Amino acid sequence: MRAPKKRRLILLLVCGLCLSAATGLTLAAFSSSLTYFLSPREVLLKNPAPGVSFRLGGIVQVGSVNTVITDRMPTTTFRLTDGQASIPVTYTGLLPDLFREGQGIVAIGAMTPTGGFAAQEVLAKHGSTYMPKDVEQALQKAGKWNPKYGPPPPADTWNTMQVKGSNS
Amino acid sequence: MNENVLNAGRTGAAGAWLHRFANPGRFLRLVRPALPWLAVFSILITGTGLVWGYGFAPADWQQGDASRIMYVHVPAAWVAMAGYAALAGCSFFSIVWRHPLADLAAEEIGPVGAGFTFVCLVTGSLWGKPMWGAYWVWDARLTSVLVLFFLYLGHIALIRAFDNPAHGHRAAAILALVGAINLPIIVYSVQWWNTLHQGNTISFTGNSKIYITMLYPLLIASVGFYLCFVTLVCARMCAAIMERRTRGLLLAAADRGA
Repeated sequence: MRAPKKRRLILLLVCGLCLSAATGLTLAAFSSSLTYFLSPREVLLKNPAPGVSFRLGGIVQVGSVNTVITDRMPTTTFRLTDGQASIPVTYTGLLPDLFREGQGIVAIGAMTPTGGFAAQEVLAKHGSTYMPKDVEQALQKAGKWNPKYGPPPPADTWNTMQVKGSNS
Repeated sequence: MNENVLNAGRTGAAGAWLHRFANPGRFLRLVRPALPWLAVFSILITGTGLVWGYGFAPADWQQGDASRIMYVHVPAAWVAMAGYAALAGCSFFSIVWRHPLADLAAEEIGPVGAGFTFVCLVTGSLWGKPMWGAYWVWDARLTSVLVLFFLYLGHIALIRAFDNPAHGHRAAAILALVGAINLPIIVYSVQWWNTLHQGNTISFTGNSKIYITMLYPLLIASVGFYLCFVTLVCARMCAAIMERRTRGLLLAAADRGA
């Protein structure tokens, strides 16, 4: 003698559970193709064939950037690293403004037979940290952070920091 | 048997309580006087957040002034998701308790939520070009928000697609509930998979990775956007109730005349 409302409620909850389980399993099964880019370590493990296009993501290794200008087009070589492995990348064209040593980058292209990565396109992946320039300068001056060498220090050490000119 | 009687009494009481607030007339009496105030507060608070964000908050150290687009993009994204959660909630009430007001709310939330999702997608795209170097990429966060937009559009179309409105409400409610599975996917997409989209800046449990004079205008603009959403939905619901009443009166008058 169940009220129809209660029956509908239970039916809905059971359907919701089944649907969540199905979605969860599907996403888990396809998780590798849902990933936007491969890290250098994953690339070295999977060893994709030269010429097969994929996206490579990592940090621009400090001291590895080298630009040569031929026919007024810059060709930049740099190494992308994830801290465990690194892959040399070549790209001809203008880089995004945020490109710098220590920046996260996604390069779209393919491996060359020599083990390098030839990029057709380079995208900058900025971090999730937002701070004024004065605060960044103050952190650098205090030796607490150098953007070239990794993520910023814990947010509570700087997100209320008093710096001249940053409080408006 | 005793238990059954008790249960019946309880669901009866809950039903009565719900139906007291499900009454469109009561909704109209409660909400209509509040609408002008809601509108004034939404405009004032949104304006404060945006003027602070665009005029006074510091620029980001690496993104410069481009980072200011977050004062529109982030609130729009939050409201788009909260709006869909509200839509799913209304659909739940509609299916289980057959709430007339829940159907009405679902019908009016759809277009407003779709609008906020559209703003989120457009501002994100305009932000992506100068920072990432691309207007659009098919990463998990961007794709799942695009799916949210299509869910809204599908809901708008489906709820109005039947000659019998009750059938439209039923079908659209099922679509809204099935689509709700997309909400956790949007929220966790940047944690579960590598994305070009940045990870979460704002944290409700730990420290937000944003300087305080950039955080405040962002939060104020968000409160403003939420209020705008509530105001728009309430105004649309009031208009819809009035429209139904007018149609009823006109039909009655036509019957009498005939």
